[in-house]
Amino acid sequence: MDLKKFYKEQRAQEWRADIRKDIKTKERVSMTRTKMLEQDPLVRNHNGKEVNLGLTEKLAMEEARRCIDCPDPTCISGCPVNIYIPKFIKKIEIGDFLGAAQILKETNSLPAVCGRVCPQEKQCEANCFYTIKLGQPPVAIGFLERFAADYEQNSGKMAVPEIAESNGIKVAAVGSGPASLAWATDMARFGYDVTVFEALHEIGGVLKYGIPDFRLPNSVVDVEINNVKSMGVKFVTNFVVGRTASIEDLREQGFKAFFVASGAGLPRFMNIPGENFNGIFSSNEFLTRINLMGAAKEDYDTPVSLGKNIAVIGGGNTAMDSVRMAKRLGAERAMIVYRRTREEMPARLEEVHHAVEEEIEFLNLNNPVEYLADDKGRVTHMILQKMELGEPDDSGRRRPIPIEGSEYKIPVDVVVVAVGVSPNPLIPASVKGLKTTKWGTIVVNDDFQTSIEDIFAGGDIVRGGATVILAMGDGRDAATGMDEYIKNKIKK
Amino acid sequence: MNKIISKEHFSENVVKLVIHAPDIAKSRKPGHFVMVKLGKKGERIPLTIAGADTKAGTIDLVIQVVGVTSQKLTALNVGDEITDLAGPLGQATHIEKVGTVLAAGGGVGTAPLLPIVEGFKKAGNRVITVLAARNKDLLILEDQIRKYSDEVIIMTDDGSYGTKGLVTHGMEEVIKREKVDLAIVIGPAVMMKFAALTTKKFNIKTFASLNTIMVDGTGMCGACRITVGGKTKFVCVDGPEFDAHQVDFDQMLMRLSAYKEEEAVAYEKHMANL
Repeated sequence: MDLKKFYKEQRAQEWRADIRKDIKTKERVSMTRTKMLEQDPLVRNHNGKEVNLGLTEKLAMEEARRCIDCPDPTCISGCPVNIYIPKFIKKIEIGDFLGAAQILKETNSLPAVCGRVCPQEKQCEANCFYTIKLGQPPVAIGFLERFAADYEQNSGKMAVPEIAESNGIKVAAVGSGPASLAWATDMARFGYDVTVFEALHEIGGVLKYGIPDFRLPNSVVDVEINNVKSMGVKFVTNFVVGRTASIEDLREQGFKAFFVASGAGLPRFMNIPGENFNGIFSSNEFLTRINLMGAAKEDYDTPVSLGKNIAVIGGGNTAMDSVRMAKRLGAERAMIVYRRTREEMPARLEEVHHAVEEEIEFLNLNNPVEYLADDKGRVTHMILQKMELGEPDDSGRRRPIPIEGSEYKIPVDVVVVAVGVSPNPLIPASVKGLKTTKWGTIVVNDDFQTSIEDIFAGGDIVRGGATVILAMGDGRDAATGMDEYIKNKIKK
Repeated sequence: MNKIISKEHFSENVVKLVIHAPDIAKSRKPGHFVMVKLGKKGERIPLTIAGADTKAGTIDLVIQVVGVTSQKLTALNVGDEITDLAGPLGQATHIEKVGTVLAAGGGVGTAPLLPIVEGFKKAGNRVITVLAARNKDLLILEDQIRKYSDEVIIMTDDGSYGTKGLVTHGMEEVIKREKVDLAIVIGPAVMMKFAALTTKKFNIKTFASLNTIMVDGTGMCGACRITVGGKTKFVCVDGPEFDAHQVDFDQMLMRLSAYKEEEAVAYEKHMANL
């Protein structure tokens, strides 16, 4: 059905019409946006607990009232997985929190994750009536999403999405991160026999090894994964597709189509002198040791280097996660070293804001040019060069230009390099004829189908480095594309 | 999953485990490694596969006690399971007919060397193997290596078996005697460093199989990075075998010691708790 018509019909339903009559739009727009409840910055930067505490029922219902239930819900256009935003918000307004969660889960298999890590300010909230028409703070869609999802998780009444009758057709995903989880949910819903292969010993990909508990607790991720499992999706850990078995082997085992979402594997380094000294990590290594391997916990076997002065190179979300983690693990001086200014930082505003509150030091317009070490090869100092901004580059951001002769030295015990990742070459290298770009990302068409007809791909292995929600959007679109592909194939 | 089928003590601190892992047994090739993790709180460590039996669906791992995880692994018994085992990983050894191959194994490095020696022999090469160990008790897999070698030279540091001397002495003896087309060295980093210096003198193409610190083993973390020919390489996806003359072994030795102190403390604590 035409979506616009669908939204119009839904909006005309009595319960929604009634809510709109209850409170006049004029009154709704006069309310102020609620604030997220947070742990105190100087307490939280010494513990590993979640920073954002969520909204109370009262706060959530109040915030839901701000939504005017627009006839043309522009917010949805900003959502990569097309959550029916006004409907779930109106459910919150009437106190039907489980109903709200159910609407979220119609299009989003990981609402408790997305409510926490989506850049709503660039997506749904950027397209909210308040933002575009009134120039006022948007409805806190992200906070409300998290509220409804958490409410459902805590209620113990998790609804399992409706599943079509089993068609017995086997399909597989490579990797178990957000793209795969979204794909698997939809494929299970369509009635397929779904298996997800994961190379690591834990399911969840970047949600587990990358994003720290203070932003996204692993326990929250596990509840969502269990929900996907309850739909009949099978997970196989310690299975490296392309190595343990090839795609060809899996075809022989009866798998009819594949979704490759193996993520952005290889960490980038800057190739500057001394970068291989001990105490210098990629952000992937630093965060994996801590988040996935429990390195900072007393009784876990994996070690990690820590110290008084920890510098993190980069200005993205991963850099913020790393530096805030370093602070929590006892760094006296936890620093961001970024070659441009706060304005150009790719990290979410909220993360930068939280970092500032937590007494993270920002050395903006600085770039490392060399590392120095002691006689055992352990890093002791970094040489920084000051930068200034020149003309905009291809990314539209002003290009950082080194200031000659501005080099200076600061002591560091640990350095975390968070300057991006390259696609994992494992899969592209193991599948003959799979078309890739010169950057190593997999080439796909609009249906996320690769140059090999039974292989689809999405997430960072296609995008090169994006967000959880864009990966999930890819997973959903790939599922639709794959379903079409399989149906057409069977017809023939 | 990953059940231990048999266990053999090569020496007090060196154990061979035969593990049921049919998928890995089927797809592994000489040179590949696996990632191993024990228990929920264990660490992930890489171990190069020492052999496989595709019919029985098993792989062989030879483990020397150097720290907490290797101690826990060697303490496992037949019937126990390895919690997490993933692989085969890394690039397989490029095996072809080149003529005469000089293989050198130091300590437990002989274990991953075995399938490579077998591979080169079966590919029609003349294979001469130099096995080196500190003493007779630490020398492993001699009979199996003999099976696939045209000649085996044994070197021990203390002269308790074979010839007294270092691996490099045995290698030089061969190189000075006959033409060698390719050398393969596997062992402790310092042994590989000097073995590589030896073959470099004679301009013999040499590969070394490196065993660095890894976390995921699939290219994700970069813990295993080393400098090869002036460029940073990841042992897990670019290796584990590299042109030994290009490897910066001093940097590798330095990086291997990254957690030396932490490891020593953890090991002491672990042993006290046993």
